Amino acid sequence: MAVTKLAPQGIERGSLSASKRQRAAGESAIQMVLFLCAVVSIGTTLGIIYVLLQETVLFFQQVSPLEFFGDTRWTPLFASQRFGVWPLVVGTVLVAAGAMVVALPLGLLAAIYLSEYASDRMRRTLKPILEILAGIPTVVYGYFALTFVTPLLKQIFPQTQTFNALSASIVMGIMILPTVASISEDALSAVPRSLREAAFGLGATRFEVATRIVVPAALSGISAAFILAISRAIGETMIVAIAAGQQPKITLNPLESIETMTAYIVQVSLGDTPHQSLAYKTIFAVGMLLFVMTFGLNLVSHWITRRFREVYE
Amino acid sequence: MTIDAQTFAGQRSHDEAFSAVNKEQLQRRHQIGKVFELLSIASIMVGMLFLIVLLVDVFIDALPWLRPQLFTEFPSRFPERAGLRSALQGTLWLISLTALFSFPIGIGAAIYLEEYAPKNWFTQFIEVNIANLAGVPSIIYGLLGLGLFVRSFGLGRTLMAGALTMALLVMPVVIVASREAIRAVPSSIRQAAYGLGATRWQVVWSHVLPMSFGGILTGTILALSRAIGETAPLITIGALTFIAFDPRGPFDIFTVLPIQIFNWVSLPQKEFHDLAAAGIVVLLVVLLSMNALAIYLRSRFQQRW
Repeated sequence: MAVTKLAPQGIERGSLSASKRQRAAGESAIQMVLFLCAVVSIGTTLGIIYVLLQETVLFFQQVSPLEFFGDTRWTPLFASQRFGVWPLVVGTVLVAAGAMVVALPLGLLAAIYLSEYASDRMRRTLKPILEILAGIPTVVYGYFALTFVTPLLKQIFPQTQTFNALSASIVMGIMILPTVASISEDALSAVPRSLREAAFGLGATRFEVATRIVVPAALSGISAAFILAISRAIGETMIVAIAAGQQPKITLNPLESIETMTAYIVQVSLGDTPHQSLAYKTIFAVGMLLFVMTFGLNLVSHWITRRFREVYE
Repeated sequence: MTIDAQTFAGQRSHDEAFSAVNKEQLQRRHQIGKVFELLSIASIMVGMLFLIVLLVDVFIDALPWLRPQLFTEFPSRFPERAGLRSALQGTLWLISLTALFSFPIGIGAAIYLEEYAPKNWFTQFIEVNIANLAGVPSIIYGLLGLGLFVRSFGLGRTLMAGALTMALLVMPVVIVASREAIRAVPSSIRQAAYGLGATRWQVVWSHVLPMSFGGILTGTILALSRAIGETAPLITIGALTFIAFDPRGPFDIFTVLPIQIFNWVSLPQKEFHDLAAAGIVVLLVVLLSMNALAIYLRSRFQQRW
């Protein structure tokens, strides 16, 4: 009797622990799968570095780094190949600098308006409209730069070339404006009310509160936004590929046709460049340089946000 | 008494003089403030005005070309016979495949980071890494796709290679949006489920996921709408521009809307530029409807605690 009573209990206990074990195994399997999903992002970074590095190394076996960083001519697609990357870098910096001239003051002023002047209702209407600007595909901006802004520039400056750095700069500046405005506005809004009220109490006008209290207090966030904007301008592709031209040259005249690093990658990709050719490898070398530049800027931006953030309360 | 009155009068005229100067100065300060306010309104208006001019300009250019043939014809050397048929189908294929890859992996990663990940250096490394990936220029993803999927995996310039590249590109956005949605689920719900003896996965599967589904869906659709407009990475992996047939499967070569637009913009003829404008109108309508869908889903699933 004691045995018959014990037996089912034993079975039950056994099956319970078996199902428990099964469940625990299922749980850890699921956890493993989810972990692997998260690791995909690390795989992506490693993949980018691996692919870029592999072809860049092959490139530098054929072209000396001294030529890459020392020569001032970039003609890998011509019969007389020269591999000085400076024309592409100068073109990139020229367009990016122009875009910053447009985006930084406008973006910061827009952020100050949204955070310090606009009513709640105004802010709720204006912000989504600015976000539409950020959501428009870059190929659309490129079309607009080439077919609208460039003809306009030609009327003002007759010597403007059909493909020119200026029109790409202006349009890119407007494209980046929402990024600058939105990140700067976050930084401005994070400044506590008490600081503003103290300044108002001392008789400061709204303008003085905005420019002497709020902006300095939010400076780290604003500079992070600026650096992020520069990084985006350097990596932007379609606007420059459509509107800025394909002539790598070292010039500071924005009315001339130039070529940026990204536009060069597009140019080669569109052509029928054989897989093993040197021209094919150049896009990875240029891509590597682009990756290092933007990655460095992004790191600086993160670092500024962390290092110089004013923490209130 | 007279002295007193004199000092008093002197004091008063001094005060008056002072307040006159002060008033003038205050007025000037307010004027500067006013100018500044107008300036900042003007800068925000520059953005708005630009948007309006862009939309109107594109629409005017596009108007004569917005006709049925635009949707039924393949690309052609003759503008009057050219259409978006293969580009539209390619975009549909590409986005479906991209969603198929990025949705499960992105949400899986988000669940891991929000619900499972221990607080250690490796978790932090993953988080910093995701933040950095979001800042990598899209054309670099194109080079990754070219080196990895097109060459190493031998996929060639197919829809599959394009979709995998795009999936990696939108992954950081999907992860960030999903994490926000998951984080919005209050911990009291998790505690209640744990209290009833649910395992971690049961809590996630039956409580956290259903409750954050609306937010996750909204974020993912917005991420995908970014992929629809992306051009550079697909050009880099070599998506062809002249496709005069319907794609039959994931291993066909393809073209998409933004590439077709780019192709038409880079041709010299004015007709093709206007055709590109028509393509842009179609692209913007697709994007707008996806955003509308996202907004609808957000309000449909919105929960307040």
